[in-house]
Amino acid sequence: MTTFVFAALLGVSILGYLLNRRAAAGLRADGARLHSLPGYHGLFSLLSTLVPVLVLILLWLVLQGPVIDHVVMSGLPAGSLDGLDTGSRQLILAEIKSIARGQIFGEPEQWKLDAAQRYLQLQQVSGWVLLAIVVILSLAIVAFARSRVGAAFRARHGVERIVSGLMIFCSTVAIFTTIGIIASLLFESIRFFQMVPITEFFFGLNWEPQIPLREDQIAAEGAFGWLPVILGTIVITVVALFLAVPVGLLSAIYLNEFAPDRLRAVAKPLLEILAGVPTVVYGFFAILVVAPAMRSFGASLGIPVSPNTALAAGSVMGIMLIPFISSFTDDALSAVPKSLRDGALALGATRAETVLNVLFPAAIPGIVGGILLAVSRAIGETMIVVMAAGLIASLTINPLDSVTTVTVQIVTLLIGDTSFDNPKTLAAFALGMMLFVVTLIINVFALRIVRKYREAYD
Amino acid sequence: MMNDMSKIEQGIAVDAVKIQARGVQVFYGEKQAIKDVSVEILDKTVTAFIGPSGCGKSTFLRCLNRMNDTIDICRVNGDIRLDGEDIYDPAIDPVQLRAKVGMVFQKPNPFPKSIYDNVAYGPRIHGLARSKADLDEIVERSLRRGAIWDEVKDRLHEPGTGLSGGQQQRLCIARAVATEPEVLLMDEPCSALDPIATAQVEELIDELRLNYSVVIVTHSMQQAARVSQKTAFFHLGNLVEYGDTGQIFTNPEDPRTESYITGRIG
Ligand SMILES: Nc1ncnc2c1ncn2[C@@H]1O[C@H](COP(=O)(O)OP(=O)(O)OP(=O)(O)O)[C@@H](O)[C@H]1O
Ligand SMILES: [Mg+2]
Repeated sequence: MTTFVFAALLGVSILGYLLNRRAAAGLRADGARLHSLPGYHGLFSLLSTLVPVLVLILLWLVLQGPVIDHVVMSGLPAGSLDGLDTGSRQLILAEIKSIARGQIFGEPEQWKLDAAQRYLQLQQVSGWVLLAIVVILSLAIVAFARSRVGAAFRARHGVERIVSGLMIFCSTVAIFTTIGIIASLLFESIRFFQMVPITEFFFGLNWEPQIPLREDQIAAEGAFGWLPVILGTIVITVVALFLAVPVGLLSAIYLNEFAPDRLRAVAKPLLEILAGVPTVVYGFFAILVVAPAMRSFGASLGIPVSPNTALAAGSVMGIMLIPFISSFTDDALSAVPKSLRDGALALGATRAETVLNVLFPAAIPGIVGGILLAVSRAIGETMIVVMAAGLIASLTINPLDSVTTVTVQIVTLLIGDTSFDNPKTLAAFALGMMLFVVTLIINVFALRIVRKYREAYD
Repeated sequence: MMNDMSKIEQGIAVDAVKIQARGVQVFYGEKQAIKDVSVEILDKTVTAFIGPSGCGKSTFLRCLNRMNDTIDICRVNGDIRLDGEDIYDPAIDPVQLRAKVGMVFQKPNPFPKSIYDNVAYGPRIHGLARSKADLDEIVERSLRRGAIWDEVKDRLHEPGTGLSGGQQQRLCIARAVATEPEVLLMDEPCSALDPIATAQVEELIDELRLNYSVVIVTHSMQQAARVSQKTAFFHLGNLVEYGDTGQIFTNPEDPRTESYITGRIG
């Protein structure tokens, strides 16, 4: 049914487009000087039909479900819902709906079958009504738009207004989504902090997010100190940056300044492929290749290395970040005007001196911006660490130990059957909130630096 | 054979000729920008390159300190000698060459560093200063020669990019003379300067002539006439005429030179 509705709307609005364009073209052929080109008259009709009616259809489809549900439930024979709580009512409604879909289990009562019948009827009626409304409304708008066609009518401005309205709508959607995400995080975090003292979360040295299954259980209290977890994140991020920053910087400098064109043409895309590898695949690489190699290397030196190490996870994450940093550095170096390079070379500087003393300082704000963005990626990265780092939160900065990170803990807290009324699950939101705050701060810094550097050569 | 001849010629002109270019051709990809140019640039002399826009003045100037090396598609043929040494010889280090043959560009290009560091950069990388005081002195002397000392002496540690366009250009001139080059190439150094600063730069050029050889590209006939002793007129990649400045401006041999100077082609 909905398909028909959309098809009808589309058909009518295209009709409106053609009508208006023809009319306007006709006026022009008669020698009138039009304010707007015929195409704009057509577009005006098309958009003023399409946009409002589409909004109407969407609203209708959203509201139709609850309204029908309500009508069906209130139309049940008196007494059949007496004494039932919300949960059981929901169950009955679900059963009616599945009967309506033709999935009948056992022997439902007759009143349920009737209700399912009514449900189907209502849906059908709603569909037809919608179709009728859409057709009538869109035809009315088309007729109205057609009546506006005239030499002086500013269809172009009308189109402009509709399009900019559409853009405002889209950006509002994006903004409200962000606000919604923050609000839900905040809301759940507040619930968490009602159960767990804020000081314990921020200053506690233990992270053991259990909840008692029975009242009398020993060690019933979980511990929710986030320090070991954030420390794990920091350790892994630092390891990743230790690998990614030098390799990324130097490879970018080499490719930008020293490599012959042909090598650059091959090497740059190859490097960028690294950025397209899914993080799960990096995870494989970490457990199957890097971690065993490190363990056997450690064993040959007599150093105990745990099977899951921050070093393995961090270095693989570092590999993931290399293209990130190198492409930022590359852009920053390329943005340095050629005249600066020439100026240094003409003073008798070598290429390395030119890069180090002139280009690099000029590019450093852009490079720092790239590194900070890489940091916030490293902090938010989940898959590699889930696969390669470990789950036990230990307060350590030894990269050969197994550590856990904020993202890993969020995943493990929320995996499986969960209910959102205990500190264990809500802790995930508190962690998420903190992660959000940290990456937000870093991103703000990064953006400010990047912006400052954009202005540098204007 | 060719070599023998050039050695003999060198022997004759060794005290006067600083740069000797013979049969220089420059290509940007397929396009030829310089067609067979031969010229002798004298020591302790100001040589002006004049000619209509796009005729290859900058291109030829950049050959003289191998700045064209930085343009991938650019290819230079022919023979250019500095003090009798082929500067395109594989054994020659272009970095050393550029320390001897300095350059001031058409557009001011100060480094995003302090004014002081801009000027001190060359002396630093070439180890010209033995002490901090030494370096300070070099910086001050260079800024004075660039006719900008009075304007910046109180703000030496502010960024050079914060100066006005004309000040930046004089800073770049100061930066170039700080390394004490033997030859200074100047590509329209005064195009961003007001008449007062222009006069100061011309004074500097006159002073530099006592020790160095200066090559200046200019679009101003008056400037060429004022500062230079030798003038080369380029047209469509050819060196049309080269001679004493007085001669070129009063009594040019080639009709193209005459029409350019009198403003009929440009
Ligand atoms: N980097 C380059 N790549 C390709 N062609 C170039 C390049 N630089 C210069 N050319 C070409 O070489 C020719 C000479 O240019 P050049 O810059 O030497 O002229 P010019 O005499 O300095 O002109 P102007 O007085 O305008 O500065 C021009 O036709 C120009 O298009
Ligand atoms: Mg030029």
